[in-house]
Amino acid sequence: MSLLTVKENISMVNNGNTDIVSAVQSNSNVVFDTKDLNLWYGETHALKDINLTINEKEVTAIIGPSGCGKSTYLKTLNRMVELVPTVRTTGEITYKGKSILDKSSKVEELRTHVGMVFQKPNPFPKSIYDNIAYGPRIHGIRNKKILDEIVEKSLRGAYIWDEVKDRLKENAYGLSGGQQQRLCIARTLAIEPDVILMDEPTSALDPKSTLKIEDLVQELKKDYSIIIVTHNMQQAARISDRTAFFLNGEVVEFDVTDTIFTKPTDNRTEDYISGRFG
Amino acid sequence: MAANSKLERDHEIDVKQMIEKNKQSKSFSQVVEKIVPIMLFLFAIITVLTTVGIVMTLLSETIEFFKRVPIWDFFTGTVLKPMSQNPEFGVLPLINGTIISSLIAMLVAGPIGLMAAIYLSEYASDRVRKVLKPMLEILAGIPTIVYGFFAFTFVTPVIRSIWPDVEATNILSPGIVMGIMIIPMIASLSEDAMSSVPNSIRDGALGLGATRLETTFKVVMPAALSGIIASFVLGISRAIGETMIVTIASGSSKNFTFDITQSMQTMTAYIVEVSGGEAAAGTTIYYSLYAVAMTLFVFTLLMNLLARYVSRKFREEY
Amino acid sequence: MKYIDAEQVSKRMGTRIAKNNLLKSLFFMATLFGLIVLAILIYRVVVDSVGWIDWNFLTGKLSTAAERAGIMGAILGTFWMMLVVAPVTLILGIGTAIYLELYAKKGRFQAIIQTNISNLAGVPSIVYGILGLTIFVRAMEMGNIILAGGLTLSLLILPIVIVAAQEAIRAVPGFLSEASYGMGATKWQTIKNVILPAALPGILTGAILALSRAIGETAPLTVIGIPALIIPFPEGIFDKFTALPMQIYYWTLDSSLVAEYANLAAATIVVLLLLLFVLNSAAIFIRNKFQQRF
Repeated sequence: MSLLTVKENISMVNNGNTDIVSAVQSNSNVVFDTKDLNLWYGETHALKDINLTINEKEVTAIIGPSGCGKSTYLKTLNRMVELVPTVRTTGEITYKGKSILDKSSKVEELRTHVGMVFQKPNPFPKSIYDNIAYGPRIHGIRNKKILDEIVEKSLRGAYIWDEVKDRLKENAYGLSGGQQQRLCIARTLAIEPDVILMDEPTSALDPKSTLKIEDLVQELKKDYSIIIVTHNMQQAARISDRTAFFLNGEVVEFDVTDTIFTKPTDNRTEDYISGRFG
Repeated sequence: MAANSKLERDHEIDVKQMIEKNKQSKSFSQVVEKIVPIMLFLFAIITVLTTVGIVMTLLSETIEFFKRVPIWDFFTGTVLKPMSQNPEFGVLPLINGTIISSLIAMLVAGPIGLMAAIYLSEYASDRVRKVLKPMLEILAGIPTIVYGFFAFTFVTPVIRSIWPDVEATNILSPGIVMGIMIIPMIASLSEDAMSSVPNSIRDGALGLGATRLETTFKVVMPAALSGIIASFVLGISRAIGETMIVTIASGSSKNFTFDITQSMQTMTAYIVEVSGGEAAAGTTIYYSLYAVAMTLFVFTLLMNLLARYVSRKFREEY
Repeated sequence: MKYIDAEQVSKRMGTRIAKNNLLKSLFFMATLFGLIVLAILIYRVVVDSVGWIDWNFLTGKLSTAAERAGIMGAILGTFWMMLVVAPVTLILGIGTAIYLELYAKKGRFQAIIQTNISNLAGVPSIVYGILGLTIFVRAMEMGNIILAGGLTLSLLILPIVIVAAQEAIRAVPGFLSEASYGMGATKWQTIKNVILPAALPGILTGAILALSRAIGETAPLTVIGIPALIIPFPEGIFDKFTALPMQIYYWTLDSSLVAEYANLAAATIVVLLLLLFVLNSAAIFIRNKFQQRF
C-alpha cells in the first residue's frame, strides 16, 4: 500500500534555517497537498480556496485570529471535521499522493496515519495504561507483551514515562493538565502515525507545561511531521519551520517561519504579528 | 528529560506493520460496523411496534365489541350490567367513577403539591431542599398496591370513624390516597417550572419592596404557569390511569351516582375485574374489556398531548 | 403631589409581611404533609406485620391458613420475572438509546420515535397488561407464565430505561469520542469502548430505578391473570407464577374475610419495600461512586 511507504531515514535537509528556502523548492517529501479547498458549515463559508503544501518531518504552524478557520483546516486533514453533520467540501487534499476527501478512502485508515492532539487534554476515564493501549487495541493488537512494550515506548516518546511508570494502573484523571496532554500525545504515538495534528495543544496549560510540550514537539519532529495550530505567535516562532497565516478562511501567507516573522510580504500578516488585531 | 531514552523505531516491534496486518483481517469488523446500526434500528422499532400493538389490539377488539353493542348505547348508557341475563353495557358509570376519583385526587394533590412546590422553589434553602426533595420522591416510588392496602385498611376506617355514612368500599378514600400519591409528581414538575424562572425577574419584584409571597404570586407563578398547568394535567392523566388503589378500595359496584360515600368502579378497576378470569375469550364481556381500555387509552393520551401542548405553546422565553 | 404615601405603605407593610410569614408556614406544612403520610403508612405497615415475618413466612409455601402461609413462591416469581425484565430492557433500552443518540439522522423519523417514546411513558400500566394478555398470553399462546409477565413489564418500563440511557449518553462529553475517532477508531469501536463505559453508571442507575418500578407493578399482572391459587414454586421462566405485589393484592382483598390476611399483606409489603429500598440504595451508590464528572 502506498500509504505505508516504509519510513526511510530521510536526511534532515531543513534542519537549519539556511537550507530551508531550497527545501521549499526541493522535492522534499510532501505529506499533505491541499488544492483549492473550500469548506462550508451549512451556509457559512469557513475555508476559501486553500492551497497549502506541507512537508514531511517539519513543524508547520498555523496562526491567525479566532474564527479564521485554522482549526477547521487542521480537522479537515484527518477528516474530523466530518463529525459536524452539515459540513460540505470541494477541492482536493492528498496525503502522500492519495486523495483523502472522496468517500472511497477510509477515514479510519487516514486517522491511523494522521494522529491528533486536541486543545483540551482529553484522556479517557481509564487507567494510564489503557489510555495508551486504546489505539493498538482497536487496531487489533491484543498480545499483552507487545502492548506493554508499546505503552512504555509511547510514554517514553512523550517524555512522561518516568513520571507515570509506577502508576500505570491509575486513572489518567489523577494526572495534572500538562501531564494529561503529554499522555494524549503518547496515546497518539502508540499507533505510530506519520503526522501529528495539534490543535492549540498548550492553550489550556500553564507556562511550565507549555514549555515541556514545546520541547517535546522539537524531539518528535525527528520522526513525525507535525502541524500545529496555535494562538500564540511566539510559540509558532519558537517551534515551527514553516508558518501559515489564516484570516477569514483564507491563507494570507505561507512561508518559512523566519520570513513570516521578520519580513512578511502581506500587510495583514504584519498587522497581525505586530499585534494590531487578533 | 535527558534521562529518557530516545525514541527508537528501527528495532523492537513494528506497530505499523501489525496494524496493517490486522487491517487485512478486518472484514469481520467491517461487517459489524454495518450490522450494528441495522440491529439498533430494529431495537428502536420495537417501541413503535409497542404503540402499534396497543392501538391495533384495542381497535380491532373494540370494533368487534361495537358490532355487538351499538356505540351510541355504550357511550350514553348509564347502566352497566355485564353479568346479568340481559346484559347492558353503558360506560358512563365507569367514566363517572373515573372522573370523580380523579377529581378527589386532584383536590388533594393540586393545592398541596403546588404549595409544596412553592415552598421548595421560593422559600426553602438549598440545604433544606436537598433533604426534602428526595424524601418526597420516596413517596412517588412506593408501589400503588401499597397505597391500595393503605387506603383500604387505614384511610377508609379513619374516614368511617369520622363520617359513619361512608361505606366500607367507597370512592372517597382511594381518591384521597391517589391524591397523596400524585403530590410528589405535581410538586416536582411545578417546582421545575418555577425554579426555571430566572432570578433577575424575581429580583426585579423583590427590589421594589414586594414580599416573597407577592413575588411568587404576581411574578413567578404567572411566568411558570404553563409548566404548572402541564403538571396538573399530567397529574389528572396519572389519576385516570391509576388502577390498584381504586380496585382495592372502591369495590366493584357499577353505580351511576355522585355520592362519594358509595362504592364506584373506574374504567381501570372494571378492566381488572373482567380480565381476572370470568370472561372467556369471544364473549361480549370479553370484548367490552377492550372498549373500556380503548376509552381509557384515549382519555390519557389526550391528557398527555394536552400537557405537552400547554407546556410548549405557552413556554415563556427568557 | 406625591402619589405614594410613605405612611400608608409602612402601615400596610406589617400585614403584608405577616401574610408572607403565615403562608410560608402553610407551604412548609404542605411539603411535610406527604412525608407525614409516608411515615404513617410505613408505621402502619410495620405494626401490622410485627410477629408475622419469620423464617417460615419467608421460605414457606402459600396456604389458606394464615399462620402457615409463606411467600417463597411469590419471591421466586418476582425474581424470575426480573431475570426476564432486566436483560430485555437493558438490551432494548440501551440499543434504542444508542440508535437515537448516535446513529439516527436528526429528522422526521427520529422525531416520530422520540415522541412515541414519551407517549408510551404516559400510557397507563393496565393498558400494557391488555397488550400482554392479547399478544403474549393469547396470540403467542404462552399462557400466564413468567415469560409473558416479564415481557409485558419490560415493554412497560422500556420508555423509562430508554430516556435514562439517552440522558446518560448525551452527558458523555464530545471530546472523549473525538479522541477515539482521532485514533482511527470506527464508530462502533468508539461507542463500545468509550461512550458506553462512560455512560454506564448513569444507564445502570436509571435501569435499576425502572426495575424497581417493575417489581412493584400489579395492574398488568392482574390483567394477564395470575391465579390466586396455590401453585408450586416456579423453577424457570416457563412456569406459572405469582409475584409479591399479586400476593399483597389477593391478601388485601380477602382481608375483609380473614382479618389475618391483612397482616400477611402488611408483612409482604415490608418485604417488598425492603427489596425496593435495597435496589434504590444500589442505584444511588452507583451514581455517587462511579459517575465520572467531566
